Amino acid sequence: MENAIRLTALSKKFGTVEACRSVSLSIRSGSIHAVVGENGAGKSTLARLIYGMHRPDGGTMEINGTPVSFASPAEAIAAGIGMVHQHFMLVPTLTVAENVTLGLEKKRLFFPLDPEGSAESIRQLSLKYGLAVDPLAPVSTLSVGEEQRVEILKVLYRNARILILDEPTAVLTPQETSRLFAMLRSLAGEGKTILIITHKLDEVLALADTVTVMSRGSVTGTLSCKETSKEELARMMVGRSVLLRIENPPSTPGETVLSVENLGFRTAAGLVKLEKVSFCIRSGEIFGLAGVEGNGQSELLSLLWGIHDRSGQLSGKMLFEGADITGRSPGEIARLGVSLVPEDRLKHAVVPGFSVAGNMIFGRHREKRFHQGFGFDRREVAEYSRNLGGTYDVRCTDHENTPLGALSGGNQQKVVVARELDRPGLKLLILSQPTRGVDIGAIEQIHRSIIGARDQGAAILLVSSELDELIALSTRIGALYQGSIRRIFSPEEVREGRKRGRPFEEELGLSIT
Amino acid sequence: MTARIFRLFIPLLAVAAAALCSMAIIALSGRDPLMICEKLFRAAFASDYGAGQVLFKTTTLIFTGLAVALPFRARLFNVGGEGQLQLAALAAAITGALLPESLPPVVAVLFSAFAAMAAGGLWGASAGLLKVRFGVNEVISTIMLNFIAQAATGYLMSWRFAEPSTGHTAETGGAFMLPQIDDLFGLFAGSPANISLLIALGTALCAALYLFRSRAGYELQAVGLQPEAAKYAGIQSGRHVTAVMGLAGAIAGLGALNLVSGYKHYYEAGLTGGFGFSGIAVALLAGANPLWIVPAALFFGLLEYGGLAVGAYVPKDIFMIIQALTILIVIVLNARKP
Ligand SMILES: Nc1ncnc2c1ncn2[C@@H]1O[C@H](COP(=O)(O)OP(=O)(O)OP(=O)(O)O)[C@@H](O)[C@H]1O
Ligand SMILES: [Mg+2]
Repeated sequence: MENAIRLTALSKKFGTVEACRSVSLSIRSGSIHAVVGENGAGKSTLARLIYGMHRPDGGTMEINGTPVSFASPAEAIAAGIGMVHQHFMLVPTLTVAENVTLGLEKKRLFFPLDPEGSAESIRQLSLKYGLAVDPLAPVSTLSVGEEQRVEILKVLYRNARILILDEPTAVLTPQETSRLFAMLRSLAGEGKTILIITHKLDEVLALADTVTVMSRGSVTGTLSCKETSKEELARMMVGRSVLLRIENPPSTPGETVLSVENLGFRTAAGLVKLEKVSFCIRSGEIFGLAGVEGNGQSELLSLLWGIHDRSGQLSGKMLFEGADITGRSPGEIARLGVSLVPEDRLKHAVVPGFSVAGNMIFGRHREKRFHQGFGFDRREVAEYSRNLGGTYDVRCTDHENTPLGALSGGNQQKVVVARELDRPGLKLLILSQPTRGVDIGAIEQIHRSIIGARDQGAAILLVSSELDELIALSTRIGALYQGSIRRIFSPEEVREGRKRGRPFEEELGLSIT
Repeated sequence: MTARIFRLFIPLLAVAAAALCSMAIIALSGRDPLMICEKLFRAAFASDYGAGQVLFKTTTLIFTGLAVALPFRARLFNVGGEGQLQLAALAAAITGALLPESLPPVVAVLFSAFAAMAAGGLWGASAGLLKVRFGVNEVISTIMLNFIAQAATGYLMSWRFAEPSTGHTAETGGAFMLPQIDDLFGLFAGSPANISLLIALGTALCAALYLFRSRAGYELQAVGLQPEAAKYAGIQSGRHVTAVMGLAGAIAGLGALNLVSGYKHYYEAGLTGGFGFSGIAVALLAGANPLWIVPAALFFGLLEYGGLAVGAYVPKDIFMIIQALTILIVIVLNARKP
């Protein structure tokens, strides 16, 4: 069969970093092709090269048999290529329909748009592919899963024949993921070609026809999904065998660190986001919070971190070591020995323009050890960053001069996790999607550090959309549904469940839907 | 990589492109552009007096440029340099006139510098407070505060402080005057260049240290680059906004040292003559980098004085066109995709 994409010896360098070294790859028309690899292996760079966002330094590219060289994404789009990025690119103030048609208005400048007409064609498109989303809703009101559907609609609306998706499932719930996969399969059935980048090997095996493993910029191998296994892929990616499930020795919880009592939150518009939420976390235990996105997790976390919308109405109590922390500022809360890894790292946890070292102390820059006079002890900061980066395997050679934004997505996440886990005097660790976008080797490392922090006596609140992550790590699991905790699984239940595997995952899944 | 190097050259490219455009305009106005250029440079550099004049203008521009550049780093656009400078100049002149002659010079200068910084700082900080407390956009508030400063100085002058005979405030005592560069180093004789220039250079250096080396500067840049993340990191952006606007006003106010203590020794209407606004151009050309402010101010200082010197041949307006063109080109080049 014909190849939709054929790359020959494609290379791209950023300064001294060889993001892609002589990558050769053929993707059959109408197939689903997965690319896996460690953080910083060059997957996103490869996708951006195909999409015309970067220009290759060397090598050639053929689309449907014709040699091409794109100067910009516009040319790639014209050639029938569409891409959904790792970090979404939507205009929040515009509606879904406006975002989808942006740039293709089919009207002369200054002529009135036809919002009804485009909304109608988008509605049909979304019906056809089961991408439920209201065309007239402003993007700022959508959940992450819906935003992604908009990104996909955007690509389909432009009649793309080749779809590139960069870590599309990182932000999705299991249900949303299976819907996405059903849709991708039907697109492939229509003859569209799909290139998907992901870290989740189960998904690769479930969805793709072929898989390419990348490592440090080069292709390690391309395999047929029918003839490979998770273990083999993991070994090819990391170069060693990886523990796919972390060991979790029983913990010995101590004093109660955080206790949330009858917490409720209602927005200024009167929407009830949280209702009578009560739980406590003791030192040395991991309290997992399961729940489909939009059931109150983000509100709970912003309340705990003191950044909730002050116009909303709050009831109940949040006690940290017995003292009420309601209404305190993030700085004050952090000073008590509380760390937060927020869900949206790019927006909330880092300054992409600052150096890696500058980000490694961001939010912890008030610690005396980093100070010298009015400024920072730059040598100490750089050394700290290098050491911690080494421990967490952050792939970066020059911590002082590399802006964080130049790191790959997974390496950015490792910086955030490293920084927050390493906070001195850590008593409470709040983690939201700590391994989102992180490769399996690093997941193992991060999971081990989380267990390590627990064993050193930290109380940990773990919010994750990955049920298997919750089950692997948590001492107890709370099921959050529509703003309330519906059920709390006891340590015994979780321990049993860990042995039972799949059935327990399903039981947990049922209690949050 | 190449994009980064290109970025470094943007100011030079912009200056060159604007110069070419202006040459064309001069030629259209019927003059020989090369002749005008030669006259301009001769006026500016061939004599001690000319060079001193350029440096004198440069000094004020460094202060007003910094007053725009620092808030710019926190994504604040301070258009209020002119009003801040105006109030500061009046405050410095009045303080100077009120101080007893017998005061030691250092003390007297410190007093008036303090008055100038306080007046300018207060004006800047009010814009910051308006933003933090009520969400008033700082561009709008600083423009309004400029109007108020303009009117208030006019009123104060006519109500009380202007001497009827001269139309300006009373001259300050000798102790209050800053030494000329001529007095200290024997350079730039007869020109108004005074040691404020050194103060300006020192201020630029301090501003760079504050921005790039201090913890406050680190927080300030985080507020500018990623306000949401700064909030999560426990940085109180409101304080930084108020502080940097106050600081900017105080630095603009220091420009009064050059104008009043270093040169005129009194305040009169029109003394600040748009230096506050040219500061915006200086800061934009310098990419809001405190150290680049110095060469950028020198460039605009050259245009300001050179424009006067060749005023007999071409209207001064042409030099305003050059200024504006340079800035537009800088912005266009910066907006270009790398
Ligand atoms: N714009 C850039 N400037 C400099 N270096 C870059 C840039 N983009 C990527 N890199 C570097 O290229 C390498 C590959 O990055 P890339 O984003 O392709 O990795 P990735 O495989 O997508 O990783 P992840 O799984 O973490 O998203 C990394 O070392 C990264 O630091
Ligand atoms: Mg990536």
